[in-house]
Amino acid sequence: MSALDPRQALAERLGIEVPAPRFDSPDDVSMLLSGVDYLPSREISAVTFLADRLAKPVLVEGPAGTGKTALAAAVADATGARLIRLQCYEGLDESKALYEWNYRKQLLRIQAGRREDDQTSWSELEDDIFSDEFLLTRPLLEAITAEDPVVLLIDEVDRVEIETEALLLEILSEYQVSIPELGTVRARQIPMVFLTSNATRELSEALKRRCVFLHVGYPDPERERDIVLSRVPGISGQLAYQIAQMVYSLRQLPLRKAPSVSETLDWARTLVILGYEELGPEVAAQTLHVLLKYQSDIAAAHEALSAEG
Amino acid sequence: MFDLLSRFIAELRRVGLPVSVSEHVDAARAMEVISVSDREVFKSVLRATLVKDSTYREAFDTAFEVYFTGRRDGDLDLGPGAGPGSTPSSGAQPERSDREFTEDLLDALVEQNEGALRGAARGAVERYSGFERGRPVGGAYYRYRTLRHLDLDSVAERLSALGLVGENENEVLERLNRDEARRRISHFEDLVDQEILERLVDDRGAEAVAETTRETLPEDVDVMHATRDELDELERALAPLSRKLASRLARRRRRRRRGPLDMRHTVRASLSTGGVPLDIKFRPPRPAKPELVVLADVSGSVASFARFTLHLVHAISEEFSKVRSFVFVDGVDEVTHFFAETDDPAVAAHRIATEADVIAADGHSDYGRALERFVERLGHDVNRRTTVLILGDARNNYHAARPEFLADLRERVRAIYWLNPEPRAYWNSGDSVVALYEPHCEEVLECRTLRQLEEFVSSLD
Repeated sequence: MSALDPRQALAERLGIEVPAPRFDSPDDVSMLLSGVDYLPSREISAVTFLADRLAKPVLVEGPAGTGKTALAAAVADATGARLIRLQCYEGLDESKALYEWNYRKQLLRIQAGRREDDQTSWSELEDDIFSDEFLLTRPLLEAITAEDPVVLLIDEVDRVEIETEALLLEILSEYQVSIPELGTVRARQIPMVFLTSNATRELSEALKRRCVFLHVGYPDPERERDIVLSRVPGISGQLAYQIAQMVYSLRQLPLRKAPSVSETLDWARTLVILGYEELGPEVAAQTLHVLLKYQSDIAAAHEALSAEG
Repeated sequence: MFDLLSRFIAELRRVGLPVSVSEHVDAARAMEVISVSDREVFKSVLRATLVKDSTYREAFDTAFEVYFTGRRDGDLDLGPGAGPGSTPSSGAQPERSDREFTEDLLDALVEQNEGALRGAARGAVERYSGFERGRPVGGAYYRYRTLRHLDLDSVAERLSALGLVGENENEVLERLNRDEARRRISHFEDLVDQEILERLVDDRGAEAVAETTRETLPEDVDVMHATRDELDELERALAPLSRKLASRLARRRRRRRRGPLDMRHTVRASLSTGGVPLDIKFRPPRPAKPELVVLADVSGSVASFARFTLHLVHAISEEFSKVRSFVFVDGVDEVTHFFAETDDPAVAAHRIATEADVIAADGHSDYGRALERFVERLGHDVNRRTTVLILGDARNNYHAARPEFLADLRERVRAIYWLNPEPRAYWNSGDSVVALYEPHCEEVLECRTLRQLEEFVSSLD
């Protein structure tokens, strides 16, 4: 067992102590996450547990609004770690993701040197301006050099160009960053890493291979009811169940945009504020626009709900 | 156990899932840290390490059921009141009448008692499927026999009358009750499937069963011979596929060249480096986009293929400066506006099927006449940037082929491509006249699956 333990192997390579596992079992994950009001499915708990044990990042994929980002936040919350977030976008480059030399400060340092009678030689100066002091750490570097426990969230990784993905590979598999002027910066801990993707494009094989994959779909009605109950104060069990069922039924329809979990919550809050205790045709007619964002979808939903059979 | 894992991975690769060696290693490690006794957790964990694409989920699940079912060496939960799956049951069960059995099933469905449901599925298969060892029939046969006896439709009706979600006071709640009843029934059907599969695996071994249950990946399904279910699945696969394709085309177009120098941005950026322009900024490039004209045969045999292609082309229409679509049987009609007026491709497809005026004579494909009208209608509205895409099997019902219209068109456009959904081996046999058109096309391609279609479209520019 120990010969195979990836956490131990990784810790040895990084020259750090083998960290204690964050979770005892998948059920432990469920319990901890439920404690911070995130209700994970069995699959989510199992994969989160596995990722910690294998010291691998989790690639979370699924439709918008199903709690991918919230999962990372909840794990950070539950394990008492700091969440470091890197929002991806087109044009993201290493100076925004990894590190950047603070060249304004470097220029100042050089100009300040000139004023005096220029004692320092160029090589001394060079060593000086390419040191930690002049390095601006960006999220990825910050995550691995942090002393306190952190959870790294790389959000919407499918938005960066496929070439930029390569930036992530070193940190995801080796937990280190190579900086030409400084050498290799190794992680001081093995952070929990989550990557999220809306699947707008195929991610590279290299990236996928380094991660464990988690598909987060829409929850089943029972779990969605529980989510509503835990997030919406003052709602009755009956109404929460009906809401969850309604959303489930709507997702079966061929809509342009199926309602997400966050929209379900918005809808539930609306119904509570309006004082409804039960769903009915007039409630649906008045409030469906909270749940559905396209006129054609709302029309389709009304038609389906009023049709017999 | 590791041997079983290797055989399972071999099966995944046979299905066509890309499983790398390092993923195999990860799965093996995962098995060490996770308890194998919890099937659901075990399945999630294997899937997380082996399958990195959610479109392959179903194929994985099917293979998993085959390889890791029926091996419940007593350490997995068996539903209460049921013996091991493979031995014919003795005891209380057979003595119950069909009526009592149905009542028990209904109770289990109402309570959503997983153990009882599993027991009911096992009991149902035992009672009704007529399972025999060594009998060379597929799971579908046993499934049919089991479900026929159960009469799940009336169970569903009673279930929804019970008001699972709330009293049946208004039509919204009625609808919700009906959907919920259906959901629970379909969960039970899954359990029945699983039970039958378990017995089959026990009888014949995993490899033999995998042979018959293997799923075709959506992108490899032959569109012309797809079943209804497969077509539905293709429909679902098409949306993410076209999104991926569009972003790939857009990216390629953007990357190819950068635009002219952007003086204003460059000077602004140089301020932070003491006026030294370290970062030179360029304007984003604006390369010309190609125009696309699609002519699709929508007669019976190739209609579904035409639908998918039109659907895909319009989904990525932003990547072209102009897209026009025509459909034909023996008359031609333009259908571009159907796609422009709705966001829902299914609606557009429906309107094409019902409203497009494509029948001029007897309703059999006539490529010669269609080409004539097509060229006539395009008139001078094509130019050197236009790419023409013709979809069809070129089965001309022995009408005149008239390739001269195609030759004439080719003079005026950039390229003509012909996508043929028939296997290459059938071309030019019977009334297929591909060979007459081929010299006037840039290329004639066999295009039977989404994968081939995607490859072709992404090569367009």
